[in-house]
Amino acid sequence: MRYIFCLILALWPLALSAQNWEDRQIFRGAALHDTAANTDAVQLRILSSTDTAFFIPIIRRFLADRPSVSIEYLVAGSAQIDHIFRQAPAQYDLVISSAMDLQFKLTNDGYAQPIEDLVTPDWAQWRQSLFAFTSEPAAIVIRRADFDGHPIPQTRQELIEAMRARPEVFRNRLGTYDIRRSGLGYLFATQDARASETYWRLTEVMGNLGTRLYCCSGDMITDLANGKLAVAYNVLGSYALARSETASALTVVLAADFPTTMMRTGFVTASAPQPELAKEFIRHLIRVQTQAVDPESFLLPPLIQSQITPAQSTIALGPALMTYLDRLKRRMFLKEWTRAIIR
Amino acid sequence: MAEPGQVQGSLRNRLAVTLIGGAALLALLLFFVVRSYAAQIAQQGQDSILTASVSSILDAAVLRDDQVEIDFPYAAFSMLTTPADDQVFYAIYRDGELLSGYADLPQQADRAAPKQFQTAQYDGKTVRISTAARTLLGADVRTRITVSVAQTQDALSETLNQISTNVASFGFGFFMLAVLLSFWVSSVTIAPLKRLTTSVTRRGPQDLRPLTKPVPSEMLPLVNSLNTLMRRLNQSLSQSEDFIAEAAHRVRTPLATVRSYAETTLQRVDKEENRQALRSMVRAIDESSRAAGQLLDHAMITFRADHLEHEDLDLGDLVQELVQRLTPVAEMKDIDLVLQIDRPVRLIGDAILLQNAIRNLIDNALKYSPSESVIEISVTASPHPQVAVRDQGAGFPSDEIADLAQRFSRGNNARGTIGSGLGLTIAQDVAAAHGGSLTLSNTAGGGACVIFSV
Repeated sequence: MRYIFCLILALWPLALSAQNWEDRQIFRGAALHDTAANTDAVQLRILSSTDTAFFIPIIRRFLADRPSVSIEYLVAGSAQIDHIFRQAPAQYDLVISSAMDLQFKLTNDGYAQPIEDLVTPDWAQWRQSLFAFTSEPAAIVIRRADFDGHPIPQTRQELIEAMRARPEVFRNRLGTYDIRRSGLGYLFATQDARASETYWRLTEVMGNLGTRLYCCSGDMITDLANGKLAVAYNVLGSYALARSETASALTVVLAADFPTTMMRTGFVTASAPQPELAKEFIRHLIRVQTQAVDPESFLLPPLIQSQITPAQSTIALGPALMTYLDRLKRRMFLKEWTRAIIR
Repeated sequence: MAEPGQVQGSLRNRLAVTLIGGAALLALLLFFVVRSYAAQIAQQGQDSILTASVSSILDAAVLRDDQVEIDFPYAAFSMLTTPADDQVFYAIYRDGELLSGYADLPQQADRAAPKQFQTAQYDGKTVRISTAARTLLGADVRTRITVSVAQTQDALSETLNQISTNVASFGFGFFMLAVLLSFWVSSVTIAPLKRLTTSVTRRGPQDLRPLTKPVPSEMLPLVNSLNTLMRRLNQSLSQSEDFIAEAAHRVRTPLATVRSYAETTLQRVDKEENRQALRSMVRAIDESSRAAGQLLDHAMITFRADHLEHEDLDLGDLVQELVQRLTPVAEMKDIDLVLQIDRPVRLIGDAILLQNAIRNLIDNALKYSPSESVIEISVTASPHPQVAVRDQGAGFPSDEIADLAQRFSRGNNARGTIGSGLGLTIAQDVAAAHGGSLTLSNTAGGGACVIFSV
């Protein structure tokens, strides 16, 4: 019995690395490039839902000042992150995710540790432990080619009307998050439903026309670019604008009726192996994201956006975020959503 | 000077300390009462929000096909937002079986009748838990839903700390004000006592009238006993004055008789040694009768000083009259009285007393002057009306001048040199009664100089 236990313990890292990561990269400081074996180097493990490409400049800048540090950047879906992290909270130094509700619940449940001396607006932090570093509205991304000679819808209502007017164009060419798998998709859907009944009408129209469901914004942008989709609803506009080949073909619409804006958040885990370094990383992240240095190389949208007022549309970091994570509420919401979208 | 009394504490300090101590006690009491009251109110505030949250969840519970659905509103948790970002935990049970929420949130043992509020430890933090239950009735089921919502108390303790700080500074301010007030109150309270002390201290040595100024009721017994004491003192003083005057009067008359017999006998006796004895006798009798006269004068002055008569008079006329009267006596001793007067020297005073005083001074000068000498008497008007008497005698013993002056001020004749001492004492008393003074000195030529100024 004991041998089996030891075996499990020995194989546990293997099992972890066998985890089905969307992406997994190790960045090394300048001092570590030559030596192949750097086992005793200080390593920061970041669990994130953000595509690696967005974080490369931030990590590079961080490592430039710390040549003897290496960073392991692990990417998983926002819903998966919650699951992976709760399995082994001591394995990771930082958790970064776009699913505010899940991040909030992790913090509320005591998985985060405070960074006392970090100054950030009150609405962009919770318990001085969970810190927001971007403001990103959920967007309707439209393939411009499919709207030649037609007005581009600016609200959800106009989108409904456009889809009803030309059902043949949109049939099976609509995309949105599969909110059963995506934490961010679930957050957007619940916040939309909370804001207006229009959401349910839109979802029903989309369900009637046939909607493809995606795990991530990146895949939706790809399918929009290659023509599989004409419209994607509740996508992160930043992903569309980040890619030059897609930026020209697509139009990002921020719904004028009620733009839902989320904030990407990160925290240092309570049992982080490298707490001080992890705190420095958060400070570095906030600095880069608030001082708007060199927007060309840093691709993530800044925390404070000029065109949207955060108080009105940004999802507030507060206990209310736990409402739709409740098992009973989630079961009911998913039941209704499934009924509407899957025909 | 009077013997200084024994000091035991200070009324003013005792009053101030009592008031300050009381204020400190009240300030502390205020702090604790307000703090505990604030704590109670803050806790009530948290409790009522928790209750609202619980009931909004409970109200949303419905039984559908024997399955519990709770579509509770977003506000159920958003109302628990606090400035301190308090953590929120909850648990929903159906007949003791967890439906949703935090399984390890402390539950109450008595499920049938849960207490509405409890404070417990959860995840190493103190949380306030509100619990309520509701029975749902289905077609053929009866089920009980229990909802607990818990919240940490960071905002509450922040509020309490702020209130404590405010109340503490408020209490301190109140205390400082009370300290200032108590100093003021104690000095105001002590003021009548000071006024009484001043009015008693300022009195002349002869002034034994009762105190008549109004005083606070607490001081009335003191003033009454003081007045009684002074009345008795006055009585016994005047009794002894009366006694001395009576005695002097009784002695003077027989002495005059004895003197005239002695003089008659002197003319009849031829033997030189007997004549010598008789002359000594006459001189001794003169001494005695002069002393008796001065005692009478003194008694009279003591009486009159208390009931001073104010008449408008000319000091020059008064002194000239005196000098005329005394010239025969001076001539007997071959002494010249030289009078020099600035006219007019008008003043308000008691003529009889002034006459008596100045006569005593000239008497003294005559007594101590050698034969064939001059006594200068000058009356001047400025800066104060004054009379100076200068003789060519031996002068005052220089080491006793200060002593003599002191002795006058005490109105005392301890050394028993009746002749001179009492005369100067009378002059001194009269000067004092008129608000003036008597100055003793020796002239450059060695004689005595007495300046009587009013």
